[in-house]
Amino acid sequence: MAANNKNRMSVSEMIEQQKQKRKFFNQLERLVPSLLLIIASISVLTTVGIIYTLFAESVAFFRNVPILDFFTGTVLKPLSQNPEFGVLPLLNGTIISTVIAMLVAGPIGMMSAIYLSEYAPDNVRRVLKPLLEILAGVPTIVYGFFAFTFVTPLLRMIFPSIEATNILSPGIIMGVMIIPMIASLSEDAMSSVPNSMREGALALGSTKLETTFKVVIPAALSGIVASFVLGISRAIGETMIVAIASGSSKNFSFDITGSMQTMTAYIVEVAGGEAAAGTTIYYSLYAVALTLFVFTLIMNLLAKYISRKFREEY
Amino acid sequence: MSTVMTKAINLKLVRNENERSEPEVQKEVVYDTKGLNLWYGETHALKNINMDIKEKEVTAIIGPSGCGKSTYLKTLNRMVELVPIVKTSGQITYKGKNILDKSFRVEDLRTQVGMVFQKANPFPKSIYENIAYGPKIHGIKNKKILDEIVENSLRGAFIWDELKDRLNDNAYGLSGGQQQRLCIARCLAVEPNVILMDEPTSALDPKSTLRIEELVQELKKDYAIVIVTHNMQQAARISDKTAFFLNGEIIEYDKTDHIFNNPADERTGDYISGRFG
Repeated sequence: MAANNKNRMSVSEMIEQQKQKRKFFNQLERLVPSLLLIIASISVLTTVGIIYTLFAESVAFFRNVPILDFFTGTVLKPLSQNPEFGVLPLLNGTIISTVIAMLVAGPIGMMSAIYLSEYAPDNVRRVLKPLLEILAGVPTIVYGFFAFTFVTPLLRMIFPSIEATNILSPGIIMGVMIIPMIASLSEDAMSSVPNSMREGALALGSTKLETTFKVVIPAALSGIVASFVLGISRAIGETMIVAIASGSSKNFSFDITGSMQTMTAYIVEVAGGEAAAGTTIYYSLYAVALTLFVFTLIMNLLAKYISRKFREEY
Repeated sequence: MSTVMTKAINLKLVRNENERSEPEVQKEVVYDTKGLNLWYGETHALKNINMDIKEKEVTAIIGPSGCGKSTYLKTLNRMVELVPIVKTSGQITYKGKNILDKSFRVEDLRTQVGMVFQKANPFPKSIYENIAYGPKIHGIKNKKILDEIVENSLRGAFIWDELKDRLNDNAYGLSGGQQQRLCIARCLAVEPNVILMDEPTSALDPKSTLRIEELVQELKKDYAIVIVTHNMQQAARISDKTAFFLNGEIIEYDKTDHIFNNPADERTGDYISGRFG
């Protein structure tokens, strides 16, 4: 062999020669971990930065408005002569719209997941699941004007006294938006329960429904709870739908046919409006945003706790 | 033939000789299979199966992989229908009723016919809840009765002493052998008439295997047991009757000592002496 290639260098000689050129790449190789670390820390640093800003600006707000007044106040009049900053109307709006959304999305999403995972024949599942996920791709602004121009008039047939902007209609539409999330994630959790468990239950004479509710769902519970919490977080953070369809009334009321403002919608209104930097109303943005942040943080911690408590390990 | 197997068979022979001196009790037929054919789509998996299974006996089904032995076992409690493309013809009579009849309520059948799987499949619940599951879905709610059922079932599977202090632990903390005996106990909790076992020891170590085999000998006093096994020594050790399946057909079905010492069909002899399979 070597005789045939007399004009050529041997492979080991070529490798030796290349080594010189490769020096640069070798150095790069050593730098890669630190480079990647820097890039990876960008998102962490951003989060830290956001939290810092939220806290710093909120402190400025709480210098003007006592913290207790903010969290217990039921009156929110940022633009009046004697402005009052009680966050409860916003908190109330957020909670009510989230509850409505989950009342819609929870049962429907769960039933869809049960159908897809336990009952649907393979070919039906293959068509239905992607279709369902398309729903998740509809821009929220579309859902928003859909709630405003279609759902509210529809609701007027049931509640004639419903206001043009109300919390019920965006709540329902947020629920519709969240259905695919809950259905898809819960279906994933249920499908990953091993078949051997279903067989074990069926072999004891359980019906399919008993198997689903007493074996499959308990085994998939941590994933199902996670999907619900993601849904709730999504509802709490949802902005566009409520900004369009629920109006900007800052009353502290429990009438779901009336207009209410959520924390997110308040931020949209103030940020897009007349708040000059440095005014109390400007700082109130940060205080509300901080409340929103703490709210979702608590939700996530709660979810972790619940899913750990209920997890059936296999 | 390996010496171990010869020994096992000799032992078996001696035992059967002893048994034969006892007066033969007329045993009731639990399952009567007549002209059973089964297809997975286009594949003809079971061909004209005729076989009866009697109470208080261990019936072993042996044969190479893909011969249809597990399929037949799963037909006995209609678990085979979990594969949607299955078609059957013929009949299997269980206590005078054809279970392949679509009007036969499959849950009733499975309540009376327990099944133990190849790989232990406890529910991801506590040991107690695993056993109580069966009685609970059939409407038994009384805590005192459930406690009693759990204890009796675990005793029946000879695992009570090991587990009585950890009934609230998750079943997945148990060893493989314990899990399998827990699954047998779970099956006993609904007091079935028949126990189907699909290679119950194939994932277990020799010691756990021995314990399951001893358990099978105890259980056959009260139950009809049908066991599918890859392990011919196991069939020789624990069964009263053996069916040899090949390519979806029953080649031979007879008393176990006949099958192992005096097979009527050449293929049976070749298989049990290890010439193929």
